[in-house]
Amino acid sequence: MINEKAVVTENKKLAEGVFSTVFRTEAAGICKAGQFVMVGTGSDSRLLKRPISISGADPVSGEIRLVYRTVGYGTTELSLSKEGDSFDILGPAGNGFPVEKAADRQHILLVAGGIGAPPLLYLVRELKKQGIDRDRITAVLGYRGEKYGLFLKDEFENEANVVLSSDDGSVGVHGTVMDAIGEKVTEADMIFACGPLGMLKAVKGYALEKGIPAYISLEEKMACGVGACLGCIVKTAGVDSHSHVNNARICTEGPVFEASEVMI
Amino acid sequence: MSVDLSVNIAGVTFKNPVMDASGTFGSGMEYSEFTDLNKLGAVVTKGVSDVPWEGNPTPRIAETPSGMMNAIGLQNPGIDVFIERDLKFLEDFDTNVIVNVCGHREEEYLTVVERLADRKRVQMLEINVSCPNVKTGGIAFGTDAGMLEHITSEIKKKAAQPVIMKLSPNVTDIAEMGRAAEAGGADAISLINTLMAMKIDIYKRDFAIANKTGGLSGPAIRPVAVRMVYDVSHAVKVPVIGMGGITSGEDAIEFMMAGASAVAVGMYNFHDPGAMLKVIKGIEDFCEKTGVKAVNEIIGCVG
Repeated sequence: MINEKAVVTENKKLAEGVFSTVFRTEAAGICKAGQFVMVGTGSDSRLLKRPISISGADPVSGEIRLVYRTVGYGTTELSLSKEGDSFDILGPAGNGFPVEKAADRQHILLVAGGIGAPPLLYLVRELKKQGIDRDRITAVLGYRGEKYGLFLKDEFENEANVVLSSDDGSVGVHGTVMDAIGEKVTEADMIFACGPLGMLKAVKGYALEKGIPAYISLEEKMACGVGACLGCIVKTAGVDSHSHVNNARICTEGPVFEASEVMI
Repeated sequence: MSVDLSVNIAGVTFKNPVMDASGTFGSGMEYSEFTDLNKLGAVVTKGVSDVPWEGNPTPRIAETPSGMMNAIGLQNPGIDVFIERDLKFLEDFDTNVIVNVCGHREEEYLTVVERLADRKRVQMLEINVSCPNVKTGGIAFGTDAGMLEHITSEIKKKAAQPVIMKLSPNVTDIAEMGRAAEAGGADAISLINTLMAMKIDIYKRDFAIANKTGGLSGPAIRPVAVRMVYDVSHAVKVPVIGMGGITSGEDAIEFMMAGASAVAVGMYNFHDPGAMLKVIKGIEDFCEKTGVKAVNEIIGCVG
């Protein structure tokens, strides 16, 4: 893991409350899709780093990209950053998506709810790099509605078949990503998902019912990000080999879990 | 001028007065990538119980102004795994190992203490009678002076290593608790554990932490901790290890001037995984700058 001050090379607004910030960091050379970084604030009173998923990395330019929603002090500060500003970055952390497990799959389904999309953008680009054709990948993206901004939609469309859903019916299927899957997706033999807990529960139920392997990315409040504090656990179906109880650390054993392994 | 940073606590020599506060550093494994454990005065392990503990539901942590709250609930893999894995890992490092021991009942503490008796890698035991996040035991022993003295004396009968009793700040008279631990035979006292606290998410109309209450730590509690270290170190003869919101060498010096023989860094490890090395350097710099030849000269120097 890298622990350093990383410099912002680009920051832009993608939609209301959604930003894309690019950092120059050594983490770019070693990170994987599905991993995250802990980002420090510049404040003396906000001392915990914020876990933010990596939405893209370029080992050549040495940059990683973070796409996030502003929810509190840390993300708001990040959203106001300018080229040349620096932030403490610790990472890459976590296990990442098992890209290799998709190699022989014909119908790979990516399910993104809202701000769950960014790590899946990194994933879809890695799948393409592995030689997986766009016809084998469907990305279901759920948004609140067109007026709130369809962030990252165009970038997904460059990489895969895209199915949209929206809460207000302004774009794609009116309803949730599960409604869109029900209407538009006929086949899947591998699922990768990231989004709100309710959506991940539905994806898990769908995957179990259809017998499809599914890898879901979880989030939780974190303090250390390195596996020491035990703040960010998820209940597990079996006894975890590190904790020796039915808890796995989301920051270390996760954030990506095979859906049937976690009790969500 | 080279500064002598060594300190002595209950007959154990520490190369410098800096260690981690239990629970913020695992057993050092996860942080060894960022901090050379050989440079620390000691590694204090996360609390270990006789059997594995699951801990509390999530969310277990919340950020607060200049600090954080936690209610982990002392999740740990139990003494068997701890000895096989964590202590074995620590074999390779040249630093003191202090094992933090937790339990619900007296027998559980004694089981762990006995299991560690023949472990040469363990220099001291720290007894957690002050965790605010477990329902029974734990803090109950640390908030009643009679119970504290009793459990201290029972542990002392079984312990092979010097015993540090870790005090809770959630009491009316911290000096009385220090005297009770000393009367029970404690070889040293550490304080403070976290302050019991609450945070409410007003938009969700719910507690920020699933346990409702959690322990507050970080710089927000530092002045409380300094005052309590002062009170206890003036009430007892045994050495005191001070902690609560230490972020720098200057903070550590403040605790030592208040009466601490050594200090622990807690929440700040999360802020900066290399924090303790900076605290050690900061202590050395302070001593050089102010003409202190040996850091133990300043212990309790403010009277």
